[in-house]
Amino acid sequence: MIKLKNINKVFTDSDRKVYAVQDVNLAINEKDIFGIIGFSGAGKSTLVRCINLLERPTSGTIEVEGSDLTKLSSRELRIARKKIGMIFQHFNLMPSRTIFNNVAYPLQGSGLTKQQIKDRVHELLELVGISEKENAYPSQLSGGQKQRVAIARALANNPNILLCDEATSALDPQTTKSILRLLQKLNDSIGITIVIITHEMSVIKEICNRVAVMDHGKVIEEGEVFSVFSAPEKELTRNFIKTTSNLQKIEELLETNSSMVTIRPGELIVRLSYVEKNASEPLISIITKKFDITLNIIFANIEIVQSAPVGGTVAIVSGERKQIDQALAYLREKM
Amino acid sequence: MDRFVSAFMPNMIDKFPKFFEALCDTLLMVAWAGIFSLAFGTLLGIVLVVCKKGGILESSAVFQIVDKAVNFFRSIPFIILLACLIDLTRFIMGTAIGVRDAIVPLIFGTTPFYAGQIESALSELDAGLVEAAQSMGDSPLRIIFRVYLREGASSIARVTTITLISLIGLTAMAGAVGSGGIGDFAIRYGYNRHQTDVAYFSVAAIVILVYFIQMLGSQVVKRTKH
Repeated sequence: MIKLKNINKVFTDSDRKVYAVQDVNLAINEKDIFGIIGFSGAGKSTLVRCINLLERPTSGTIEVEGSDLTKLSSRELRIARKKIGMIFQHFNLMPSRTIFNNVAYPLQGSGLTKQQIKDRVHELLELVGISEKENAYPSQLSGGQKQRVAIARALANNPNILLCDEATSALDPQTTKSILRLLQKLNDSIGITIVIITHEMSVIKEICNRVAVMDHGKVIEEGEVFSVFSAPEKELTRNFIKTTSNLQKIEELLETNSSMVTIRPGELIVRLSYVEKNASEPLISIITKKFDITLNIIFANIEIVQSAPVGGTVAIVSGERKQIDQALAYLREKM
Repeated sequence: MDRFVSAFMPNMIDKFPKFFEALCDTLLMVAWAGIFSLAFGTLLGIVLVVCKKGGILESSAVFQIVDKAVNFFRSIPFIILLACLIDLTRFIMGTAIGVRDAIVPLIFGTTPFYAGQIESALSELDAGLVEAAQSMGDSPLRIIFRVYLREGASSIARVTTITLISLIGLTAMAGAVGSGGIGDFAIRYGYNRHQTDVAYFSVAAIVILVYFIQMLGSQVVKRTKH
């Protein structure tokens, strides 16, 4: 669907060169909800702008639905852009136009009659659940409502791809959830391919099926969200995952010598995490019975990512040392 | 009324016909010079915005030329510009004195000012709006009309008000080339003949005119802002 090949983007600022994107290769499949995560300045916004050529890459090719956008004339590019919707962190609605006219904006001058435009706008407003605000102005809407209008506008020309540039970063967590649910719904119902740029791992976890982690203009890790979450390869990825899970709190507790984690001689603190999608065995029960040890669960954090549990528990194991070792060996074997 | 006028403005009493003539001249100069300056200024202002670095039709060469020309004319004091443009005015209009002939230097004085004002008004516009329009496949021409001119309407109304008021100021100086107008009227009688009541009356007339334009401008700003 979208193939980025050897994308480089260099900004020349008087005599200084800034390498915003470096040799990025990505393939985004049809109906993917593809997340690109990174800290601000990692180049992710520049990268997503390359997909519809708002930012022309210094080198590399961008193939969207089989045609290389970098080779199109400006007229052809404008037609191609109508099939790539985009939403923004600050919504970018036209403040002097009503909600109706904002959504009608991309339809005007496309050969549709007034009545056809009217019907389409109503259909779109219905789809994003904001029909009653038709005659309001953007300044009268909340952030979440504005983003819904922006989504309706982006969908006006029936695009096959929706680019989301930090689309939820200006929203509170609850509104973020409702916008993500809407995107998920659109992905399910109209099968639109979605590319999401974010710095929040929770957004990736919530709706993406694939993720790329960016750092200093490079993609450092990429894959299925579940496998990246359960077995992150890079330190940065682990740091991002930490932000959405409290399993790492154990380290803080150990550092501060919390009474929760004081152990007696012979006891061990273990952290057990899911590594596979189809973990269904009651492992904790099994090892306590089989090896005659006790597990005192201090805390657990299990989340559902791509319909499979991710996370695990932190527990204090006590019992005979030999039995503990055997139990741990048994667990490792199960991996 | 006549008693009031003769008591406080003894010199005005026989000058009302002349005053109305001057008022008409001022309005005529503002109208004609205004129409041309606003049209040229808008055009140049848009050229500056779209051609500058990061603009939708980025072109360093065009930007440099227009920017330099605008700054050149903006830095010439109007009274000197009047003198410099006499030959050009004579070439365009046939003569170089009178109401009609003040219009040429007024256009040269106002257009660069307005171009600069338009440029800064349109630069204030959220760059995200232009980006959104581009992402929807709008052509540069459509972006100029549908985003810059439409979404920038209230800023444009604001700078237009400022420009028209400054244009009224310039018409007063145009009296120096025999253009007539309220400024000329005030200088001729109020200053040269020490008839200060005439000067005060002229000031009052100009203040009312400026106030009227200001009010009109504010109304437009209010109506275009949401």
